[in-house]
Amino acid sequence: MVGIAAWGAYAPRLRLSRKAACAANAWVAPNLMAKAKGERAMANWDEDALTMAVEAARDCLGPGDGRSHVDAITFASTTAPFADRLNAGVVSAALTLEKSIAGADVTGSQRCGLTALAQALTSVRGGAAKNALVAAGEHRRARAASAQELDFGDGAAAFLVSADGPAAEFLGHGVVTDDFVDHFRSADGEFDYNWEERWIRDEGIVKLVPPAIAAALKQAGLEASAVTHFCFPSTFNGMGATLAKRCGIAPEAVRDTLGSVMGEAGSAHGLILLAHALESAKPGDIILAAQFGQGAEALVFRVGEGVASGRPRRGVTGSLTDRKEEANYLKFLFFNGLVEWDKGMRAEKDNKTALTTLYRNEDMILGLVGGKCRETGVVQFPRTRISVAPNNPGVDTQDPYKFADRTARVLTYSADYLTFSMAPPNHYGMVDFEGGGRIFMDITDVDPGDVDTGLAVKMMFRLKEVDEKRGFRRYFWKAVPDRAAAAKPAALAAE
Amino acid sequence: MAAGIKDKVAILGMGCSKFGERWDCGPDDLMVEAYVEAMKDAGIEASQLDAAWFSTHIDEVGTGKGGTPMSIALRLPNIAVTRVENFCASGSEAFRGAVYAVAAGAADIAIAVGVEKLKDTGYGGLPTANPGTLQPQVMPNGSAPGNFAQLASAYRAKHGVSREELKRAIAHVSVKSHANGVKNAKAHLQKAVTEEQVMNAPMIAEPLGLFDCCGVSDGAAAAIVTTPEIARAMGKRNLVMVKALQLSVSNGSESQYNQWDGSYFHTARIAAGKAYREAGITDPRNQISMMEVHDCFSITELVTMEDLFISAEGQGWRDVMDGFYDADGKVPCQIDGGLKCFGHPIGASGLRMLYEMYLQLQGRAGPRQLHDPVFGMTHNLGGGPSSNVCSVAIIGQEGA
Repeated sequence: MVGIAAWGAYAPRLRLSRKAACAANAWVAPNLMAKAKGERAMANWDEDALTMAVEAARDCLGPGDGRSHVDAITFASTTAPFADRLNAGVVSAALTLEKSIAGADVTGSQRCGLTALAQALTSVRGGAAKNALVAAGEHRRARAASAQELDFGDGAAAFLVSADGPAAEFLGHGVVTDDFVDHFRSADGEFDYNWEERWIRDEGIVKLVPPAIAAALKQAGLEASAVTHFCFPSTFNGMGATLAKRCGIAPEAVRDTLGSVMGEAGSAHGLILLAHALESAKPGDIILAAQFGQGAEALVFRVGEGVASGRPRRGVTGSLTDRKEEANYLKFLFFNGLVEWDKGMRAEKDNKTALTTLYRNEDMILGLVGGKCRETGVVQFPRTRISVAPNNPGVDTQDPYKFADRTARVLTYSADYLTFSMAPPNHYGMVDFEGGGRIFMDITDVDPGDVDTGLAVKMMFRLKEVDEKRGFRRYFWKAVPDRAAAAKPAALAAE
Repeated sequence: MAAGIKDKVAILGMGCSKFGERWDCGPDDLMVEAYVEAMKDAGIEASQLDAAWFSTHIDEVGTGKGGTPMSIALRLPNIAVTRVENFCASGSEAFRGAVYAVAAGAADIAIAVGVEKLKDTGYGGLPTANPGTLQPQVMPNGSAPGNFAQLASAYRAKHGVSREELKRAIAHVSVKSHANGVKNAKAHLQKAVTEEQVMNAPMIAEPLGLFDCCGVSDGAAAAIVTTPEIARAMGKRNLVMVKALQLSVSNGSESQYNQWDGSYFHTARIAAGKAYREAGITDPRNQISMMEVHDCFSITELVTMEDLFISAEGQGWRDVMDGFYDADGKVPCQIDGGLKCFGHPIGASGLRMLYEMYLQLQGRAGPRQLHDPVFGMTHNLGGGPSSNVCSVAIIGQEGA
């Protein structure tokens, strides 16, 4: 029974208030005031499609050292940070997956998230893979004062497909490929170029999506009326309902696009809606997930008895809860590189990355893997040939030891206003891990006053620096407040 | 333990440039300023120098690498010049090299010169030093104040000191140094400040405000050392003797092993303990007459008072508030203004600290002269709390 074994999701914590964005642009784009409702997920400066996909994948796989069962990884995005460097390889290294696994990037269309999931399902069904991981992340840029700026949202989702996927059984797949150019972004282009909405809706979505849905339902051997959850991302009002009506899907099956709470995360959004549906679905429910983009992709699933066990810690539901309103529209522009601002001379620091050094230390830098001494049990970061244990500096006694999923606490910190930061003050400090080991590291997703000695933190994969001169991006792990852990003692006290 | 350096080497002469924003001077000019004073003080010619040590930290501005910048600037007679670099403790390293050469008999007279020309960066604060290829891929993008500010958070947590109490105590550290700097014509900053001014200054790295940070200065300092026998043969009396020279270097245990609590300097305690043993000092709180410590930031000085075993652990902030380290206190600290006000031209700072102790021991410190000092201690730190090099030197009166 090929299907979904587990899923995960991620939306950045910051939510740009559309009211704030529209108010800032009302002088030039008063027509956008109609969109001044709700909020969109906004990546922090140190998040991109890759980092968000890693977080969604971690949510999907869950904590733990055992990830050797994953034998294929696909990264889907139209905003992958690298055009020629396997982005899936970065995700794989961050997740400390085996080197022997298959890896691929899928891109080129807004439907590529569902394409990647379809390929994983087909691959597992065909026996080419046993446990295929799909991670999609999207961080789309749009011009200031555009409708897209308000409609888009940043986010990611991940799915683990297996031969006995207990969360949802894969029933059918339908696809249409047609060079319908509703919008495009050239290979070296920064922004989308969009055609008229009415044409996209009437000639594109309404005509190209139903055949894909019909094909998927036919393969599933189901009538459209059997669908209990219809996931269709669109920034056009009521598009899902229009399609449902045309396809014979019950109107109550049409799911919310989450546009008002997070915006549309491009090629990741079909997967995000599918994940969101799974989080509330009951065994036996039929989920239809479709997405438009130079044709359409449609997938049909039957929710399994194992849906509860596949439910992630955070998921879409948790991601939507963990939010912080950002009413500073200028910050959004800064984070998205839409303003030439004076970064000061300290920002002139050359961020050239020695690729040799990066590869030598791949598991340390990308996987946050340290060492544990076989003789003393002492845990340390980084792993070194001579153990740090003061009274027993064994030589070559360390085994790899993963830190990424361990709980930790802040030992020392400061909020640094002097050093260059995209989000000053730059917080960093010594972080002590439960079970041993400590790392002097950046602390992100915090405001002044959030950090103190003893603060519970968790690890997140983030952008360390962007080498603007060469276009390289440096990734490492950062500490973020474990707000769930911090909330626990208070909840207990309340009891 | 080895016999140690005590009383084997005497300081023959010292010199120190005016510290500050020396827009008109390059590093060579600064070196000449300190060198000329030191040579005059020693009463020797360049031909009498057997070997030289040269300390400078930052390569990105200043002299560049190697021993040639010093040899060329001072027109040394083709003698050995060894460039040393050990973060902000580089100056103490130059001194250590020269002293050890004399003690070993490899040189009769040796010179140590430290210099840093920082004000060629185009902005305030320290330039970024090259951290190699691995560190920038993992270490936070921080500044020196942000690194040292870490101490405050740990000190507060460990000793139960409130934010307000600690902020005021470190403010007093700076107020005291500013008061001392007023009496030093060579100091970068010669202006008194109030506690309120310090506490209300713009935040640099929480909880350190502008006045919690030392000056970023240009400057140079020099020391000429020889054996006591040669010094006496040259007619010198009341020699200032080297009593102890210790250096302790982090091995990663603070930053990688879960034991150090972040509130103190592991290396400083080791270096201080060894230095006291080497100098034969058993009761530092009562025997040390005065100190120049590495007050790069006010919080550094405060915890150092405990690391040098002058204040009891957790009590340093109280001693500070009691005026124990003020000019009229029991153990005056930073009587020349310290890094805070004399300034911090990195490669010169260790030698500048010794310069003040030397002047005080010779009774030549002018308006800031202390009464009959016997032992002067310097503490010169490089790196940050979790990974550093710490140099502790004690010099003192002949026969003490």
